[in-house]
Amino acid sequence: MDFSFSEEQKLLKDSIDRFLEKNYSFELRQSMIDERQTMSAEVWQGLAGLGVLGVPFSDKYGGFGGGGIETMLIMESLGNHLVIEPYLSTVVLAGGLVDRGAADWQKQIILPGIIDGTMLLSFAHAEPQSRFSVNHVETVAKPDGSNWVIEGKKSLVLHGPAAEKVIVSARTSGEMNDLDGVSLFIVECDEEALGGHEYPLYDGTRVLDLQLNRVKVGPDSLIGPIGKAMPLITEIIDRAVAALCAEAIGVMDRTHQMTLDYLKTREQFGVPIARFQALQHKSVDMFINLEQARSMSVLASGSLGFSSSLERSKAVAAAKDFIGRAGRSLGQEAIQLHGGMGMTQELAVGHYFKRLEAIDVMFGNSSHHRREFANFDGQDNPVEYTQPRKKWKQI
Amino acid sequence: MDIKLSQEDEKFKNEVRDFVANKLPKDIARKVLEHRHIGKEDTGRWHAALFKKGWAAPNWPSESGGAQWTALQQHIFDEEASIAGAPRLSPFGINMIGPVLLEFGTAYQKERFLPKILSGEEWWCQGYSEPGSGSDLASLRTQAQLKEGKYIVNGQKTWTTQAHWADMMFCLVRTGQEGRKQDGISMLLIDMHHPGVEVRPISTIDGGNQEINEVWLQDVEVPAENIVGEEGRGWTIAKYLLSHERTNTAGVGASKRELAILKQIASSETLGGKPIIEDALFRDKITKLEIDLLALEWTVLRVAAVEANGEAPGPEASILKLRGTEIQQELTELQMEAIGPNALPHLPMSLEDNWIGPNVGPKYATPLASRYFNYRKVSIYGGTNEIQRNIISKRVLGL
Repeated sequence: MDFSFSEEQKLLKDSIDRFLEKNYSFELRQSMIDERQTMSAEVWQGLAGLGVLGVPFSDKYGGFGGGGIETMLIMESLGNHLVIEPYLSTVVLAGGLVDRGAADWQKQIILPGIIDGTMLLSFAHAEPQSRFSVNHVETVAKPDGSNWVIEGKKSLVLHGPAAEKVIVSARTSGEMNDLDGVSLFIVECDEEALGGHEYPLYDGTRVLDLQLNRVKVGPDSLIGPIGKAMPLITEIIDRAVAALCAEAIGVMDRTHQMTLDYLKTREQFGVPIARFQALQHKSVDMFINLEQARSMSVLASGSLGFSSSLERSKAVAAAKDFIGRAGRSLGQEAIQLHGGMGMTQELAVGHYFKRLEAIDVMFGNSSHHRREFANFDGQDNPVEYTQPRKKWKQI
Repeated sequence: MDIKLSQEDEKFKNEVRDFVANKLPKDIARKVLEHRHIGKEDTGRWHAALFKKGWAAPNWPSESGGAQWTALQQHIFDEEASIAGAPRLSPFGINMIGPVLLEFGTAYQKERFLPKILSGEEWWCQGYSEPGSGSDLASLRTQAQLKEGKYIVNGQKTWTTQAHWADMMFCLVRTGQEGRKQDGISMLLIDMHHPGVEVRPISTIDGGNQEINEVWLQDVEVPAENIVGEEGRGWTIAKYLLSHERTNTAGVGASKRELAILKQIASSETLGGKPIIEDALFRDKITKLEIDLLALEWTVLRVAAVEANGEAPGPEASILKLRGTEIQQELTELQMEAIGPNALPHLPMSLEDNWIGPNVGPKYATPLASRYFNYRKVSIYGGTNEIQRNIISKRVLGL
């Protein structure tokens, strides 16, 4: 057992931290959000230049072959600077689905584009009625000759407005909540039959609700084997949850630090308010939450490589529950300790708090993951996802 | 970064598991798992089994007869032994005064005391708190005056756990009145069998067996060679002692055992014809606690791994006692909640292993209320949780 980072991992984290420190001010972030931008193209190119967008992918496609721990370090940095850019959507979610699920020729088209920052993708999985259920897929894809016709609704497609393509989950057989019968398709966002609208979330993330009005796609847009995508989707969502947990650590760490700084400088009754024991104990409780959350983030990211998907999903669910609760408590106390200033749009602390709240909701809130965790008891290992060996013919 | 145990540590874990399965006396394990009283004789037998194996002192160096385990190995041992129903050894000799004597003791003190701590032949207690000195320990008033090669000690200690079992007490006394109140404190090793030492039991709200005592000291003569370190260095030594045991204070192994017992009880108790563990409300309380315990366990592992690398523990080490005790208390609370009205009967005599009277309610239920009340102590002893927060606020957060 070893919780230390390698020299390469430390360098990776340092280089992102330095880049964001220099190029990603809170003011820049707020002006993007005010101007309804999903992201900054310059920042994205900067991250591509550092190689950050290629970290999880094989060097065969121009990546660095990193694992869960590398993604954890990146996400922590992004959280620390409250970055709104679509790393989770493009690299972790869509990139993960392509990397683990797609045929080699598809990877050759897509992964280099992700890595050099020229291709933005998103994952359209959640639906208006699915709440937090990963299995709930009502969107249908029906064969039409050698093509597929997709019909249905997808909601909360993260960073969707910036995406060039979305990966859509659709049912090719079975009933609404069946584990079997779900397939993945790549859909171009400029498709005529793709309707929808974009809007912001309270944390500044911009999203899409999509209406697929009989969108026709070719056979080459299918990712992975027909009807067998659910184990892959579960695996990639576990990765996304672990990534969000890591991001939350970055957010919590900075929130705690900002609060300590405020307590040391703000004076009332003629002394810095850091002198008051009631406030000291609240700060300690924030610290306790932060350190335990950090342990759980390490557990989640470290377990992504486990051979048992049950063990992996259980660790990830525990982490998401704990970090949801710890993040909320820490965020609420940060606002409380900032007093009236914590309520203002002007100060960063409120925006950090809102990101923690958004992270809790994304891909299942604390209560959802606690329920999942309890239900894992006594379950058998589910079917594992195996990468397709079939080589598709290019048309 | 690798969150799995190394092969070597896996091997160690199996070795511990085998040893505990073969050498932990079955009657003791049963008493622990059923929450019956564990007496001095029980604790002594387990100590003797560990001593024979060379495992009595996990953290002492091997040249002093210790196992010299890494922090991670100590954690593994604690977990395996606790889950199997091993009682906690008396901490005062092995975990507390032992490491202090190894660091500050004279050659005479090491030779005189360490072997008998290791073998379990001599039992120790800790003379710190006084009626007027609790959290403000440095205000202690027990006097020690040097006269003709002997300290004459007068005063009173209180909350002294296992004083009624102990042969020796390491005791903080006032040897000087000048300067800061911390500077006049010394540590003496006092023979509990000496004339002038009187142990009076304190009854506690759990209504169970004697645990804590007052220790009255009247003209007790202590040989000058029994001072640890120099006169006036007692406070520094006491602080060293507090900083020494970190990972063990979390009690993760014992809490895992209690969580398993909680789940068993909640599977037996019914609500509307169904086991209460299937009740959504109760199940959620258990799940939340299980995940909280997991977060503590992984924090302990982080701390242990850092120590194993030979580095000083990070700030995360300071939260272990706090969270460990909070979780221990929640476990007793939920166990008591699980049994509903069966928590009400108070039959302390039924906690003795030789009790032959009737049980009221299920056998597992009888001890739980007493345990719940007893466990309110854990957030008070060893520095209250509020004092722990003060320390973290000052030392870690710089407030």
